[in-house]
This record gives sequence, structure tokens and C-alpha cells, in this order.
Amino acid sequence: MYSFRYHRAASIEEAKELHTTSDEGAYLAGGMTLIPTLKQRLADVDDVIDLGGIESLKGVMTSGTSMKVGGMAVHNEVAANATIDALRHLASGIGDPQVRNRGTIGGSIANNDPAADYPAAVLGLNATIHTNGRTIGADDFFTGMFDTALGDSEIVTAVEFPMPSRAAYIKFPNPASRYAVVGVMVSETNGNVRVAVTGAGTCVFRASAMEEALTNEFAAESISGISIDSSSFNSDIHASAEYRAHLVGVMAQRAVSQIS
Amino acid sequence: MVDVTFSVNGKEHSLSVNDNALLSETLRESLNLTGTHIGCDTSQCGSCTVHLDGKAVKACTVLTAQAAGSEVTTIEGIGEPGSLHPMQEAFNEHHALQCGFCTPGMIMAAIGLVNESESLDGDGVRKGLDGNFCRCTGYHNIVKAVLSAQQNM
Repeated sequence: MYSFRYHRAASIEEAKELHTTSDEGAYLAGGMTLIPTLKQRLADVDDVIDLGGIESLKGVMTSGTSMKVGGMAVHNEVAANATIDALRHLASGIGDPQVRNRGTIGGSIANNDPAADYPAAVLGLNATIHTNGRTIGADDFFTGMFDTALGDSEIVTAVEFPMPSRAAYIKFPNPASRYAVVGVMVSETNGNVRVAVTGAGTCVFRASAMEEALTNEFAAESISGISIDSSSFNSDIHASAEYRAHLVGVMAQRAVSQIS
Repeated sequence: MVDVTFSVNGKEHSLSVNDNALLSETLRESLNLTGTHIGCDTSQCGSCTVHLDGKAVKACTVLTAQAAGSEVTTIEGIGEPGSLHPMQEAFNEHHALQCGFCTPGMIMAAIGLVNESESLDGDGVRKGLDGNFCRCTGYHNIVKAVLSAQQNM
């Protein structure tokens, strides 16, 4: 690791102040991506600003129509306490137990790894991202590979999920890392169907042809014939772009079958 | 440097460590607690698993500074010769180790797993030890040991 200065912020305001005044600052949430990245010298920062001491960023709260997950809520907390079954299932399948004891929802979506699970939850369940300054809709949040609409010193304070009438997340995990080779979240909320795909492309995206077909008839057969354009998909030693496109169809159909 | 005060195996320590010191390094090199092993150092193998405020974590992926004010428990803190932890007894009883390198991490992960589970079957143990590798591939006996230990914890 290159050297850096470590700071533990006591409040969101202090964290932002530290970040703003640093030439090259990085917020530290659970550290499950940032610390390995620093260790491999893939990142070189002046200041690491730990958000772990900020109590207001923790916890999972449910009201009648929505569920709010604090930005620093760890995956195992969501896996235990989420009132949306599909979200509980998704969180319980991230990484391994030790990673789930540290990794956070805010860190995951701010990083926007193309193979991460949470972006599919946020986009597929049409969540609202709360930051220290504004709210961002899921459709506007994920802007590209490892890229989001977050500003330089902006912090994800919470993610608010509307309660779906039905939702399911199915992924084909990489057997070593448990990252999604392909993962698909299908949901229906107040008659609106969403299908969000992670792992396949450079950034999580909605499969609009599937959404239309499922709006007409919510059944696995409705989407079985839909072909997915793989021209911009990821291709690596784990799966070719064509195979990932095939998996999108299979995972989506399995998700639909589970809730129809 | 950053000043860190934390409890390790019930004993309070105040140290001055590098800002980028890892918990695994501090435990081994500053506190001489070498039972916490470093296998991959890339948060994959689980050999460095310790408990941070009661939760199993990979010490190679936690900054020591992050542990300030916390309680850390390592393999050295759960039992001693003559009065082993039930999980250590079970690993011994069921021959759940071969070379022994992964064992401290396996035991710490397994204790975390049992503490957080109502009751486990073989599949539950395998899934719960997803983050720990045994390169001797002695998994069958590890699963047997954890299933046995949960009766005595």
C-alpha cells in the first residue's frame, strides 16, 4: 500500500469537510473493495476518510410502503433484517460471510462494480438513493462502469426501496468470488415491471423488451423468446459475451417463475 | 502514525501504528499473536479470520485504525491447552486439520457461524464456511467437527 493519512469522521459534515480539503481523498465504507485496491497499489490516495464511526448511516428501517437501508448497513444486516425477501436473498449471496460482516450497501453502489449484486437491487426495485444533499432516482444513478451520478464529495446516506408486490433475484455466481457472472432482479410494484441485469454489461441495465413482455403477461414463457444483444457485453475467461446473453434469459425466466 | 486503543482477547492495548497498517499485520508483528495466519493476503482464503466486536472478519482487509475502540478476538483468545474451546475440541476429535495452516481461520469462522445460527446442517456449514479455504481439501472432517461442536456451544 502507498501511504495515506487515516481519518475517522464523527459526522457526515466532518467527513465531507475532510474529503473536500484533501487533494485526493477516498471515503472508506466497509473497505471490501477499497482496501484490496489500495493493497494492490491500484489506487493512491492522500486521505482515507472512514465513515464507520457515523451512527446515523447505520441500520435498516421499514415503514409501511418502503424500506430504508442506511448507507453503512452491512450485507449481513440486510440479509437478516430486510423485509423484502428478494433483497434479503440478494444480500445473503454477496461474497462470503466475513465480507458480508463488513461490506456495505453504500460502498457497493458508490463503487458500481459491473458484477456487483446491489446495483441490480437498486435499479430492479426502483430505489431512491439519499445522499448528503439530494435524492437520486435509481434510473439516474448508475452512469457507467465504476461510475455513478455521485459528486466528488457526496456520500450515500441511505437507500430507500419501495415495497414491491413481488420480486425475485437470481444470479449465476462466479464459483470463486461469488460475484455475479449474470444476475437478474425482476420486480412488480404497483403494476410496473422492472428487469435489471448485472454482470453482463459494463454497467447494470434494464432489459426493456422483457419488461414490456412481462407487463403484457407475467410468465416465464413471455420472455423465453427474447434475444439479448451481446455486442457490448463483458467477455472474459469466466464467460463469453454470448454465454452471458444466454444467461440473462435463463436467470430472468427463473426469477419470473419464482414469483408467478 | 495513528494512535489506536483496542481490546485484544480481553486485554486493552494502546499502540501507535502506521495509518495503512492492517489488523493482520498489527496482531502478528506488534502483538506477537501469530496464530492469525496470512494465507493469500487478498481477502479470499480466510486464514486471517478474527472476530471484530463478535463478528468474523478477514483481518487482512481491515485497517488497524478501523478497529480502534473495538474488541478483537483471535485464536489465542478462545481457549488454552487444558481448556480448549468446544470448537477446538471438535476439530481435534474429528481430525479436522491436516497441515493446520487454515485451522485458526476455520475455527474463528466456524465459531462465528455457530453463534449466529439457530441450528446448522451440513449444507449450512459448507455455505457458512464459504470464505475459508483448506488447500489440503480436508473439508469433510471440518464439516463434521462444526456439526459436532454446535451441540456443545
